[in-house]
Order: sequence, then structure tokens, then C-alpha cells
Amino acid sequence: MTTAIINVSLKAGVLDSQGKAVHHALDSLHFEGVSDVRVGKQIVIKLDTDDKTVAMSEVEKMCEEILANTVIEDYKIELI
Amino acid sequence: MKVTILQFPGTNCEYDTQHAFEKLGATTEIIWHKAESLPSDTNLLVVAGGFSYGDYLRSGAIAQFSPVMKAVTEYANNGGKVLGICNGFQVLTEAGLLPGALKRNDGLHFISKHHTLKVENNDNVFLEKLNNGDVVNIPIAHHDGNYFIDQDGLKELYANNQVLLTYSDANGDVKNPNGSVDSIAGVCNKNKNVFGLMPHPERAMESILGSDDGVKMLEGFLAS
Repeated sequence: MTTAIINVSLKAGVLDSQGKAVHHALDSLHFEGVSDVRVGKQIVIKLDTDDKTVAMSEVEKMCEEILANTVIEDYKIELI
Repeated sequence: MKVTILQFPGTNCEYDTQHAFEKLGATTEIIWHKAESLPSDTNLLVVAGGFSYGDYLRSGAIAQFSPVMKAVTEYANNGGKVLGICNGFQVLTEAGLLPGALKRNDGLHFISKHHTLKVENNDNVFLEKLNNGDVVNIPIAHHDGNYFIDQDGLKELYANNQVLLTYSDANGDVKNPNGSVDSIAGVCNKNKNVFGLMPHPERAMESILGSDDGVKMLEGFLAS
């Protein structure tokens, strides 16, 4: 079995309003030295296969088709 | 004139849309998203507003794969007229039938109020009853209405007169409630048969309820 951890976030250059709001909140809590905050989502998928190459190509297809909207979002896949 | 209205789990504007088009003299039919074909006499297909699939994953993301969407894509690609309102606009961008995407509003709040819009391009069936520069008063009600398109896409929209409406003040000057690129509230595809907008013209059909400016917008479809 393979577990895929997918992180989806807005592309660089696309304004992340939620990230900005969290950044402001951190500032107001006096956390110093925060230069940027991005908010995204994590999707965890369990696959039957043990073959990481197969798993990666499947999960990439999932990301392109539905899990991310590539007009505005990037995704990163980690397999464990 | 036959208007077919799509209903997904979570759609909530199908009956307002039905009321609006019947008021204008059209016959209407609401069809469930499991349908695999559209009524053959359909002259206009409306993807109504609401929260299809509870906006899970992204607004419109899951609805784009409902069984009926294959028929919708085929209908649109054959030149059939399609109108997406609010969540319907989100579904059509997710399905790739309209360019761009809808992000969370910049202010992060759900916005529900009347807003004035400026007509940018009326050389299409949707807005042909209005003049460029006209200002209409139409309700908006959305959380993810922040229209995004990259710079190349934006240039293409302008080159083909695909920007339909922008958020404005009562004088037609830019007033942007949600952070949309260039204050864009609605666009169409290159062939000008697929239309999408975040505001709700179907909720602006009776002056006693605040505005009947939606009549002039939706009438365009009946004239063509």
C-alpha cells in the first residue's frame, strides 16, 4: 500500500487572501520575522499499489483532473 | 423557447431561474444531474446557482464530473447556448467551458447584497438588449466570486470582447467588491454561446423586490 500526501496551494503570483489574513493575525499576536504565509489544503489518499512509479502517475492524473485547479493552484505530491 | 435548468445536489436557485424564464414566456424544465442527455428541444441550458456538492474541494469542482456534464459539453461545443449563474459560472470554469477560475473573495467574507454592474460588451445574445456602458442593479451572493485569469488570458478576453460585465458604482466607475481581476463579474467563451456571471439576474425580476434589471438581461436569450 502507498499513501499519497498531496498539498494544494495557490500558485505564486495568485493573491492568497487567506494567507494574508493569517499573516496579519500572526503580526497582531507579535510573532516576529514572518515574511510570508500561504494557506492550502492537504489531501491524503491510500492506494492499493506498492509500486511508487505507478502510484505517482495515478496521483498526478488525479491532481490534473480534479484535485487541483491548475488555472490557479499548484500541487506537490509526497509518497510514503 | 425551451429553457432547461440543471439541478445538482446543493443547487438552490433552480426555482428562481424557472420563475424568471417563465415570467418571460419561456417553457422550462429542471433536470437532475444524473440525466445523461438534455431534452432535445432545449434552446438554452442554464446551470443554476447554489452550492453543488456543498462546494467541497472547490466550488463547482465535483459537479463538473456529474453524468449530465458530458451532454452539456457536447451541447456547448455544438453551439448550444449555455448560461451559468453564480455556482453555475464556477461549474463552467471548472469544466473548461469558460476561461479563468473563481477564487475566495479577497475580503474572505460571503457577500450578499445588491451591486451595480456595467455592461462592457453587448455584441452577444445575452446582453443585446442593453447598451455598452449601461449600469444594472443585480444581487450578488457568493463566497468564491473573485475572478482570476492570467495576463495572457485577460488580453485574449479583451481582444475577443469576452468581458460581459464588471462590478461598478451607480455611475459605471469601477467598484470591486471581491478582488476580481479588472473587476470582472461575467465573461463568455470565444464563440459567444457560453456565458457565466457571479451576479443573479434571475433574482432581479420584480421591481417590488428591489430591481427588475434582470429582465433586460435574460430577455436577450428569448429574442434570439
